[in-house]
Amino acid sequence: MVPLSYYLVLSGFLFACGVVAFLIKRNIITIFMSIELMLNGVNLSFVAFAAHWHALAGQVFVFFVMVVAAAEAAVGLAIIIAVYRTRETLNIDRVNLLKL
Amino acid sequence: MISVHLILFLAFGAVCVAGAISLLAQTHPINSALSLIAVMAALAGEYLLLGAEFVAAVQVIVYAGAIMVLFVFTIMLLNAGVEERTKGSRVAILFGVPGILLGSILMAWVVLRHSGTESVNIGVIPGQTAGWGDPGAIGQLLFHEFLLPFEITSVLILIAIMGAVVLAGKPAASRTSPSPQVAPGKKVS
Repeated sequence: MVPLSYYLVLSGFLFACGVVAFLIKRNIITIFMSIELMLNGVNLSFVAFAAHWHALAGQVFVFFVMVVAAAEAAVGLAIIIAVYRTRETLNIDRVNLLKL
Repeated sequence: MISVHLILFLAFGAVCVAGAISLLAQTHPINSALSLIAVMAALAGEYLLLGAEFVAAVQVIVYAGAIMVLFVFTIMLLNAGVEERTKGSRVAILFGVPGILLGSILMAWVVLRHSGTESVNIGVIPGQTAGWGDPGAIGQLLFHEFLLPFEITSVLILIAIMGAVVLAGKPAASRTSPSPQVAPGKKVS
C-alpha cells in the first residue's frame, strides 16, 4: 500500500512545477497550460484524500474542477486568439496594455 | 516489502514528474502541450490506483482528450513558435526556481514527517459489499447532494460557450461595419 503522504508530495510537486512554469514562461499558451498543471496537482490530492477518508464527495469536487477547467480553457483560448489578432504576438511581455 | 501498488505508483509518478519538468524545460509550446498530455495520462493511472475508475476515465476523455486538443488546436492555429527569453523571464528564473524548490522541499518534509507512513485505504469498505467509487455511487452523490452546484455548472458552461463565441468570433471592426442587407436596386417595402 502507498502512504497518503506520497500522493500529497507528488501533488505538491506538480503544483510547484505549475507555479514555476507560470513564472518563467513567456508564451501565453504555455502559461495557460501551467495553470492546467496546477489544477491537476490539486485534483490528485482531492482524489487521494477521497480514497483515504472514503469520502466520495472528493471525487465529485474533481468533476467540478474539471468543468471549471474546461470552461476556463474555452474562454481563455478565445481571449488568446483575440489578443493575437490585435497584437500579432504571443509573448506576454509585449502584451502590457489592456488598451487595444 | 515493496508491493505492486507502490511500484505502479512510483512508475506513474516518475512519468508525472518527468512530464512536468519537460513542460518547464521545453521552449516550443507544442512540446509543452505534449508533455502535459503525458502528465495527465499518468495521473489517470494514479487515479486508477486510488480506486477512482470513473475519475480516471473522465481525466482521459475530458482533460487529455478535449481540453488538450483545444490547446493543441490553438497552438497550431496561431502558429506559435519558439518562445524568446527576456529580461523579465531571466529574473523570474533566478528568483522563482530556487524559491519554489525550497518551498516544495519544505512542504514535502512537513508532509512526510508528520503524516507517517499511514497507507491509503483502497478497496472495499468493511460492512459494504459494493465496490467503492463506482460511477453509480458518484452519480447518486452528484444528483442528490450536489444537485444545485451541478445545475449552476451547466449555466457556467453555457456562459463560457457564449463568451468564447463572442471573444473569438469576428473582429469588432468587421462586426460593426455596415453590411448590405438588401441587394442594391431592390426596393424595401
